[in-house]
Amino acid sequence: MAKAKRPLSPHLQVYRWGAHMAVSIMHRATGSALAFGAVLLTWWMVALATGHEYFNTVQGFAGSVVGRIILFGITFALMQHLASGVRHLFMDAGKLYELKANSASAKFTFYFSITATLVIWAAAYKVMGAF
Amino acid sequence: MTGMKTPLAKVRGLGSGKTGTETWVSHRVQAIANIPLVIFFVVSFVGNAGKGHAEWVAWIKQPIVSVLLVLFIANFTLHMRSGLQEVVEDYVRDHGTKFFATIAIKFACALIAGLSIFSVLRIAFGG
Repeated sequence: MAKAKRPLSPHLQVYRWGAHMAVSIMHRATGSALAFGAVLLTWWMVALATGHEYFNTVQGFAGSVVGRIILFGITFALMQHLASGVRHLFMDAGKLYELKANSASAKFTFYFSITATLVIWAAAYKVMGAF
Repeated sequence: MTGMKTPLAKVRGLGSGKTGTETWVSHRVQAIANIPLVIFFVVSFVGNAGKGHAEWVAWIKQPIVSVLLVLFIANFTLHMRSGLQEVVEDYVRDHGTKFFATIAIKFACALIAGLSIFSVLRIAFGG
């Protein structure tokens, strides 16, 4: 029997893409990325507890170009997940469902995460005496 | 499965949400606890950026830092466990895959928590 082509309720593809949709999927994507970050943090913690020689190996990787790109990505994921997570808490409390507030808060999570990531990295480079 | 059933009829009888509400509320409580813990974590790591092994060890040995790190690890692994499980439950259709993925997530989160917390304690109590 051919698959019945009954009408279904409208799904993702019929809606115009917006910040509210981006922030929703980004919350899950960044959350999953942070699980990978947790693995790296564990590796780093274990290295720190193992001794300075192994720790230097791990720090060497973290400080490499690839390592820094990964850490930069994780920083962004953490800040974005933090911001969209707080937004979710407001929504759990029944707030931010009005279209304007919903869209504005969705956009704000991205402004926050991008700014916070840059500030964190600038501060880290400042601490390391880069400028 | 035949297409004669409505979506509602398909899910009827599959069981209740069981401890769903509790998991949902716990996930939010962990999220709230994560806010100050993440701020502590990020500020600390920026402040210690570029430091060597001895300095990091000395930093972790401070009781307040050890305690906050253990709490942070415990909290984010629990949050991560229910978060990843939710993703799997939403996107994995096959029951067998879903079952094993769920178990794997629980094991992985426990392993991450065990290894990281042990490392903090070993440094905190080490010579």
